[in-house]
Amino acid sequence: MSRHPTSSGEPASGPGPTRSGTLLRFTFAERWVHRCTAVLLGLCLLTAAMLYVGPLSELVGRRTVVRAVHVYAGIALPVPVIVGYLSRAFRQDVRRMNRFAPSDWAWLRDRQRRSGRLPVGKFNAGQKLNASFTIGAILVMLGTGLLMRYGHAWPLSLRTGATLVHDWLAYGVAAVALGHLWMAQRDPVARQGMRTGSVPLEWARREHPGWAAETQGEDQPETVIRRS
Amino acid sequence: MGRRVVLGMLGLGAVGVVTGRRLADLESRVLAPIQSRDPTGLTSLLPAGAGFRFYSVTGTVPHRTATGYRLTVRGLVDRPATFTLDDLHRMPQTRLIRDFQCVTGWRVPRVHWAGVALPDLLDAVGVSPRAQAVRFTSFDGSYSESLTLAQGRRRDVLVATTMLDRPVTRDHGGPVRLYVAPMYGYKSLKWLAGIELTSSVQAGYWEHRGYDTDAWVGRSNGQQDAPIT
Repeated sequence: MSRHPTSSGEPASGPGPTRSGTLLRFTFAERWVHRCTAVLLGLCLLTAAMLYVGPLSELVGRRTVVRAVHVYAGIALPVPVIVGYLSRAFRQDVRRMNRFAPSDWAWLRDRQRRSGRLPVGKFNAGQKLNASFTIGAILVMLGTGLLMRYGHAWPLSLRTGATLVHDWLAYGVAAVALGHLWMAQRDPVARQGMRTGSVPLEWARREHPGWAAETQGEDQPETVIRRS
Repeated sequence: MGRRVVLGMLGLGAVGVVTGRRLADLESRVLAPIQSRDPTGLTSLLPAGAGFRFYSVTGTVPHRTATGYRLTVRGLVDRPATFTLDDLHRMPQTRLIRDFQCVTGWRVPRVHWAGVALPDLLDAVGVSPRAQAVRFTSFDGSYSESLTLAQGRRRDVLVATTMLDRPVTRDHGGPVRLYVAPMYGYKSLKWLAGIELTSSVQAGYWEHRGYDTDAWVGRSNGQQDAPIT
C-alpha cells in the first residue's frame, strides 16, 4: 500500500537495465486479455443499447437474438482475465494495479499531475482505479445478470433489486468505458503500447517516470526488448 | 486499494440487490409523473423508470397506414367480416384507464385506452356454439396470442385504437392493437391483423417460449405483482 514505486516497490518483469531504447510495456498475453475483454465488454454495451434505448431497439428488433448475444458475452466477460492469470507478467501487473502509493493519492489531487513531477509508476492512479472499477463492475454485472436471467427460483424482490443494480451500473460502465476511450484517443503512444506491446523510453520518462527509472536499472529493472 | 474498490463494489451491489425493490418502487413513484409530462423523452433513457419499453419479436417494425388497415374476423363465426379503422370507430367505444404491466417487471400506471370491447366485436360477427377460444394474429408475421372464449368476453379486453389519448402509434402496435387489461403485456398483441374463433386455445409466440397461457397479472409466470383491476 505505502511503498514508493521508485524506491523498492514494484515487481520487475524481466532482466536488462539499459540507458536508451524501447520498453516492453505489455506482453502478448496481456494484450490479448485486454483485447478480448474490450470486445466482450463492447458487445455487452452495444447489445444493451439495442435492448433498452428505445429508438435503437425499434431499429434493430430481433430481441431474442440480441438478448442471447448479451447474455453469452456477459458470461464470457471474466474468462480472459481468469486465463490471464496463467501469465506471470499479467499477475505482476495486477499486483502493481492493486498497490496504491502515497504518490497515487497525490496524483489524484494534483492539478498538474501530468507535469512529470510525481514519480508515476507503470500505471497512474487513474489507470489503477479504472482497472479496479472494471473488475468490480464485471463481477457485479455478472452476478446480477445471472440472477435476472437464471434466477427464476429466487424471490422476486431480489430479482427486482438485481435489475435495478444492473441497470444503473450499466450507465457507470458505459461512462467509464467512454472515458477510457477518450483518454486513449488523446495519447497515440499509449495506444501503440497496447497495440504492439512496446513504448519509447522518452514517453515512459514523461508519462511514467517512476517506471522508466525502475527499468533503467536504478532499482529493480524491467525488460527491455530493443535498443535503438 | 484495487482490491478494496472491487470488494466495495461487490458489497454495494449486494446491498442494492437486497434493498433494490424498495428503491425501484420509490424511483417509479418519483419518475412516473415526470416521464408522463416530459416532452423531450430524455427521462425514458433512465433505467427502470416508468416508461414503456419497446419489444418486437421480428426485425423490422411492420407498417400499416390508417386507411389501408384491415381487421379480419373469421373461424367459428356466423358472419366472417373485415373491418376498416373507420368501421371500428363507428362501433360502440369503450374507455379504460388501467396499468400496463410487463412480465419482466416494468409497469406503466394509469394508461388511457379506448377502442371496441372484444365482446362487442364478437357479438357483431356472431360466435358459433362450437367456438371455445379466440386467436389473434399480428401483421408482423410472427406474433400470435390466444384467449379462452370466457376471457375474450371480458369487458376489459379491448381492440384498442387509441392509447395514451392518441391513435395507437406504430411502435406501440398501431394502428390497432389488443389490450388485455388483467394480463401481462405479452398478451396484449401488437399490430393486430386477424381474429379467429377456434375450438381450442392455441399457444402463441411467447407461450412457445415458456410463458404462461393464462397470464393473469400477479397470478402467473411465478410473479407476485399487484393485480390490475
